[in-house]
Amino acid sequence: MAAKKLSLKDKYALLTRDLDWEFSYEERKEAFPFEEFEGIKITDWSKWEDPFRLTMDAYWKYQAEKEKKLYAIFDAFAQNNGQLNVTDPRYVNAIKIFLTAISPQEYQAHQGFAHVGRQYGGVGARVACQMQSLDELRHVQTQVHAMSQYNKYFDGFQNWSQMQDRLWYLSVPVSFFHDARSAGPFEFLVAIGFSFEYVLTNLLFVPFMSGAAYNGDMATVTFGFSAQSDEARHMTLGLEVIKFLLEQHEDNVPIVQKWIDKWFWRGTRLLTVVAMMMDYMLPNKVMSWKEAWGMYFEEAGGALFKDLARYGIRMPKFADQIEKEKEHASHQAWWTFYTYGQAAGFHTWIPTDEELDWLSEKYPETFDKYYRPRWEYAKQLEAEGKRFYNGTLLQLCSTCQLPLMFTEMDDPTLISQRETHYHGEHYHFCSDGCKEIFEEEPEKYVQSWLPVHQIYQGNCGGPDLPGILEFCGINVGNDNLDIKGSPDEQRWKQWKGVA
Amino acid sequence: MSKVYIALQDNDVSRYIVEAIEEDNPEVTIIHNPAMIRIEAEGHLVVKRETVEEKLGRDWDLQELHLNLITLGGNVDEDDDRLSLTWNV
Repeated sequence: MAAKKLSLKDKYALLTRDLDWEFSYEERKEAFPFEEFEGIKITDWSKWEDPFRLTMDAYWKYQAEKEKKLYAIFDAFAQNNGQLNVTDPRYVNAIKIFLTAISPQEYQAHQGFAHVGRQYGGVGARVACQMQSLDELRHVQTQVHAMSQYNKYFDGFQNWSQMQDRLWYLSVPVSFFHDARSAGPFEFLVAIGFSFEYVLTNLLFVPFMSGAAYNGDMATVTFGFSAQSDEARHMTLGLEVIKFLLEQHEDNVPIVQKWIDKWFWRGTRLLTVVAMMMDYMLPNKVMSWKEAWGMYFEEAGGALFKDLARYGIRMPKFADQIEKEKEHASHQAWWTFYTYGQAAGFHTWIPTDEELDWLSEKYPETFDKYYRPRWEYAKQLEAEGKRFYNGTLLQLCSTCQLPLMFTEMDDPTLISQRETHYHGEHYHFCSDGCKEIFEEEPEKYVQSWLPVHQIYQGNCGGPDLPGILEFCGINVGNDNLDIKGSPDEQRWKQWKGVA
Repeated sequence: MSKVYIALQDNDVSRYIVEAIEEDNPEVTIIHNPAMIRIEAEGHLVVKRETVEEKLGRDWDLQELHLNLITLGGNVDEDDDRLSLTWNV
């Protein structure tokens, strides 16, 4: 007689909850030593519910199917010289940022979930973290694999691993994950599972990936959407984590709120680079950063916080500041990278006239007033043969590690700078948000490895710029500088048969 | 009421899933972006296995949705027959 098919709920109960065991000769506290020190109180782990009720057997089945689809497309992309179908060679520089700044963080997320997945007393949470850890490993592998095709034809892809350890702007994402991974297990879940996955990764993996498709990059959109299909599960886990923590004990509410405040601000800073990728690096535009922000942060995030209000959770602190920044962040970031294009692992450029018009249209309040005149001036300098590069190193923020490149939002002509003093040392910050985060845990952040400080201390090659860039893994003269006159541009013209 | 949403890869299977969602949730808004289809609804949206099977003309396990899913927003509840997304406020 054929066995009766189990319902999803029964299967989940048997293959997840039922895998747990009681501790007979070891104290439970000894088995889960990190569960209490953050102050989070869990009274009943059995209340943990995975809404997708995914079990390991179903997980393997569907992930294998996703992989088969994905690799069929990678093969087709490579066999048909898909790299020639992208809009223009400028686009590929966004993918260089993806490989160096984002893919290595998938690996950190994999390590982080593998670690915390061991630390929870509840078996449902452990299984969910195990799946997420495997997902994240899949993401880094598929991304590296997809972009290996570009590495055969374009500069800047060859040393992503060394770059992520050493290159100045890449310490921003690296330190974000170091911060989360060195926190306790519950803070890690709120940071990555909730703040990052639920609201912020959507901005990278949905509108940016749709943009990749619109720019002819079949490989990137496919790995992006394949990864994001896992993220849909991660987001659901992230929301479940928050609801679970808030329902377990009222003392958890202020702790969780503080983590939400911290990690929304950290995440917003991290996404500055995505803002610039969307507004400046996609030759064919799907939507502006401001529009994407409105849809995925303000609308989707707003709905989420309305839903969480019943637990006593409010919008993240600095949400007002974040709202103002959507008008400025991408412009301030691209200008910074343009003017430091000699020290970046990708090419930069002045937007075309059509692109400047598009930016004027999308940012009517700010672009013509504050940013267009800079580009007009940069064009004039370039025409005179004096392409502008900034020759001094930037002061970095001691929390987010971005340069102090943001302005006061109420006065976009004034650079925002904050400072604090701790044990006789001065620390600089880009914003009130970053300053507060530092002051909350100074012993953590005084240990930051700030690239500019390390350069000045002589720990990063040098002392001249080419020596520093070589230390970072940059092929000087090929990977960096303006797209105009670059080997990337010359090869593209040859392939396309244009002079 | 806040909007729930689901985004699917624009492909041959999703086309039928979208048809099924439209049939079961007449109030939805469908937005086509390059390579993706985004479906939004006020407060609530449901994907029913039975309707998708009818459109596809074959058996369809609700968990197959993950193969074409890009992202979603709202509180998720799933069993063998339906997946629902809800915001209560």
